[in-house]
Amino acid sequence: MKERLYELKQEALRRIDEAKDVKALNDVRVAYLGKKGPITEVLRGMGALPPGERPKIGALANEVREVIQQALEAKQAKLEQEEVERKLAAEAIDVTLPGRPVRLGNPHPLTRVIEEIEDLFIGMGYTVAEGPEVETDYYNFEALNLPKGHPARDMQDSFYITEEILLRTHTSPMQARTMEKHRGRGPVKIICPGKVYRRDTDDATHSHQFTQIEGLVVDRNIRMSDLKGTLREFARKLFGEGRDIRFRPSFFPFTEPSVEVDVSCFRCEGHGCSVCKGTGWIEILGAGMVHPNVLEMAGFDPKTYTGFAFGMGPERIAMLKYGIDDIRHFYQNDLRFLRQFLRV
Amino acid sequence: MLVSYRWLNEYVDLTGVTAKELANRITKSGIEVERVEALDRGMNGVVIGHVLECEQHPNADKLRKCLVDLGEGEPVQIICGAPNVAKGQKVAVAKVGAVLPGNFKIKRAKLRGEESNGMICSLQELGVEAKVVPKEYADGIFVFPSDAPIGADALEWLGLYDEVLELSLTPNRADCLSMIGVAYEVAAILGREVKLPEAAVSENSEHVRDYISVRVEAPGDNPLYAGRIVKNVQIGPSPLWMQARLMAAGIRPHNNVVDITNYILLEYGQPLHAFDYDRLGSKEIVVRRARTGETIVTLDDVERKLSEEHLVITNGREPVALAGVMGGANSEVRGDTKTVFIEAAYFTSPVIRQAVKDHGLRSEASTRFEKGIDPARTKEALERAAALMAKYAGGEVVGGIVEANAWREEPVVVTVSLERINSVLGTAMTKEEVAAILSNLQFPFTEDNGTFTVHVPSRRRDIAIEEDIIEEVARLYGYDHLPATLPVAEAKPGHLTPYQAKRRRVRRYLEGAGLYQAITYSLTSPDKVARFALETTEPIRLALPMSEERSVLRQSLIPHLLEAASYNRARQVENVALYEIGSVYLSKGENVQPAEKERLAGVITGLWHTHLWQGEKKAADFYVAKGILDGLFSLLGVDHRIAYRPAKRADLHPGRTADIWLDGTVIGFVGQLHPATQKEWDLKETYVFELALAELLNAESEAIRYEPIPRFPSVVRDIALVVDENVEAGALKQAIAEAGKPLVKDVSLFDVYQGDRLPDGKKSIAFSLRYYDPERTLTDEEVAAVHERVLAAVEKQFGAVLRG
Ligand SMILES: [Zn+2]
Repeated sequence: MKERLYELKQEALRRIDEAKDVKALNDVRVAYLGKKGPITEVLRGMGALPPGERPKIGALANEVREVIQQALEAKQAKLEQEEVERKLAAEAIDVTLPGRPVRLGNPHPLTRVIEEIEDLFIGMGYTVAEGPEVETDYYNFEALNLPKGHPARDMQDSFYITEEILLRTHTSPMQARTMEKHRGRGPVKIICPGKVYRRDTDDATHSHQFTQIEGLVVDRNIRMSDLKGTLREFARKLFGEGRDIRFRPSFFPFTEPSVEVDVSCFRCEGHGCSVCKGTGWIEILGAGMVHPNVLEMAGFDPKTYTGFAFGMGPERIAMLKYGIDDIRHFYQNDLRFLRQFLRV
Repeated sequence: MLVSYRWLNEYVDLTGVTAKELANRITKSGIEVERVEALDRGMNGVVIGHVLECEQHPNADKLRKCLVDLGEGEPVQIICGAPNVAKGQKVAVAKVGAVLPGNFKIKRAKLRGEESNGMICSLQELGVEAKVVPKEYADGIFVFPSDAPIGADALEWLGLYDEVLELSLTPNRADCLSMIGVAYEVAAILGREVKLPEAAVSENSEHVRDYISVRVEAPGDNPLYAGRIVKNVQIGPSPLWMQARLMAAGIRPHNNVVDITNYILLEYGQPLHAFDYDRLGSKEIVVRRARTGETIVTLDDVERKLSEEHLVITNGREPVALAGVMGGANSEVRGDTKTVFIEAAYFTSPVIRQAVKDHGLRSEASTRFEKGIDPARTKEALERAAALMAKYAGGEVVGGIVEANAWREEPVVVTVSLERINSVLGTAMTKEEVAAILSNLQFPFTEDNGTFTVHVPSRRRDIAIEEDIIEEVARLYGYDHLPATLPVAEAKPGHLTPYQAKRRRVRRYLEGAGLYQAITYSLTSPDKVARFALETTEPIRLALPMSEERSVLRQSLIPHLLEAASYNRARQVENVALYEIGSVYLSKGENVQPAEKERLAGVITGLWHTHLWQGEKKAADFYVAKGILDGLFSLLGVDHRIAYRPAKRADLHPGRTADIWLDGTVIGFVGQLHPATQKEWDLKETYVFELALAELLNAESEAIRYEPIPRFPSVVRDIALVVDENVEAGALKQAIAEAGKPLVKDVSLFDVYQGDRLPDGKKSIAFSLRYYDPERTLTDEEVAAVHERVLAAVEKQFGAVLRG
């Protein structure tokens, strides 16, 4: 009988092992552990044994039953697991297929540059002033120390509407307008971005419409060294730490002294390359100390107040920053161009 | 201004400073040197040759066979194609092995069977610009004076071992439109002396007053007029060195008398004019404004109509020169001229500028008068010119100067303190440093206890106030030595105005919604100017447009956005979604600044969304555009105050356009382009919108106030209503919301159906209604009661019936 139980155990374990699915496993369960199964049968036949043997065989039969039961459960779990895995495998997708696109747009590159510069100066305590694009001759020229007949104001270069009204040729009129609002009392600390217009034929480097950013600080004790420090700070924030600036003397009717400001080349670190035309420096700003006539006309006493002003062209900065080669791109609105300015 | 390095060296010792170094130092201290050009252009092996024989080439009509003595060895045979080559000439010969500009190497060659050992050169072949080559040599080889030494270096004789600095002058530095002016600048930079040219004249015993008198009737235009007579001149070429200097400065040599006037113009910055005295036709010069109807034939043989705005030099009867601009043909110096009247005058800028503008004539002379000359040097320049004419044109200078002089030199004295200099610049200069700079500038000054009193020389007419002196000091001190500081002031934080901040949020929203920002031109054409405009006025037109296409200021952003869409479509970018924020310009009357109003506009065309492999494809339509605007209004907190009402607008689809109302005002529109307009811009189905941005951004938006999150369940009921097809969903929805108050909290439309399953002329609109009471859970009965009320209301107002 003992042998018979061992035999049954081996047989059942083999069949469990062979079972391919839950149903086959159930068959095994019914076949061996069912009420009419062979183990039950063995137990029934125990009456023929000597009483001393019975408990032993009984215990053995239970043990066999137990072993089979456990094997069944283990196999059951395994089969269920496989079932789940099969099902999930069947649900697999190609993760390399394209995702559902989210529509994205982005700012114009000039807006990116202007907002970056606005933020940078806001961080230094400036506010943003905006003014009319159609200006009076007075604010565009006269208040900026460019009286009628001054050689630096050629009628041919400006879009006049009438003798007294024109499209502003620079954002500088905001200097006078802002100062007038302050009624002779500082401090004034503004930057003025905006569109300006010149009578130029559009080509790769000229545009009859373009943008400018003007900056103005007027207060007691403003020094030219403050202009240098401010613009160096600006250059470093816009073009990277380690940038340096240099002043070259120049002439603008509304500032004196006047300078042109170069930034050390951000491409070659000043060693010379195609961006800086081998000089290591890139011209990006015009600046200077506000001319006393300008202060005076706007109601500030030049003996008490001094100031500095600077102006720059977002087009030029964007062209340098992004390597754009033709100014007309900014106004054609070709999506193949605009789409390139998505990344922050 | 083109400055010859070798010529400049005559006025300032340039020892130890190369042309390149000089250029850098000039640039660093204020005058930009645009380029430095070596005139020899890498040439070598060009000598002066003597043409011993010159005969027709046996096999070529246009070639000559020349035998040329090069000053060493046997004369060589050279084939030459120049029409003016002739026996006996001294010419520039590029020998075999010579190099010409562009690394062009001269080799022994055979031309139509005849050997050629070198090349006889024109000036152009030696790198001289064609426009400055003397006319007689313009189409052929250059011929040296007969005394030129055979075998000598031709480049040396032509002054080509020189470098030219091109100065880009700002309008304030007219003083540097002369070699002497540049010399003062360079001397100040290098701390060296200026050597002025010799101007002493030896006169004969006659007196100029016996030849001519001068009367100026317009002293305002012409404060100083001076002249001299030089008699018995022999017109001929000027010395080669003078021709070379003129050419290097960009001026074409003519003859000795004219060349000397141009030479003095370059040297002193004082324009001169030489008249043929015998052709003046009188013994007097009268300077006056021209009379209307008067004419003059100028040197360029053009007859010019004059007016009272022009200044003329007359012989008392008729004009003989357009003052300061160009001489008259009638009194021109010619080959047979014997007696010359030299004019040295100071004409003021406005009258010259007017003539230049009216006659389109800009010359070296007029440029200098326009920018302002130094009248203190006028007579000195005249003296030097007379001396040179005596020397190089064999002339005899008649005694005395004839002049009309109303000009009085006004001394310019500027005082500035050391303390002021340092406080404006942020420097810590010493008295001695400032004094050294003023000395180098050769500005006479005195200094008392840190205050400098500077006597500004008349050549520096740009200096008049304290700041001018500060600038001179700063630029010569060197901006590299300026410290970098930050303004010392209370730090007030910067900020955007609420409007600016909101506008930025609008931009970010639109970009997030899938639109790209465009920037288009403000100037447009008259046929586009008022199209699509929310508001129109008389267009604002430029006085002097460059083209009709850009002649008026826009009143709507849409036309140029359509142009951009069309531009993209023409380049196979079919799906376009652009927005722009920019101004439109509305007239408020002539000679008044217009109203500039900011608009927000957009254009959408092509596919709005595609995700093809999952079967999604959505073309842009009215509701795409409207959805973007809806989001915008929510963002700005005005959504509940906005209404869309069907509208008819030019260029837009009459059935697919809505005006957008904010409270009681139209602030914009959205619609589909009219098919005819679409075609005009070569577009497919296209949607546009334009909004008055200021009205929108300035609309008060309610402050955000937290509303408790619902604590009780809400009840949702759907209804499908059948109505006439012309009933607007918006009106129906409004009626439901109204009738359902206060329990109906949301009404959302989820289906619209029109078709076979409904009678003709009917449509069904389905809404989902959410009922909610913040205080308690609603019962079915309560909901049902309100629901009935809603149904009754829509039936009454629209004849709506529940769809069975
Ligand atoms: Zn570089």
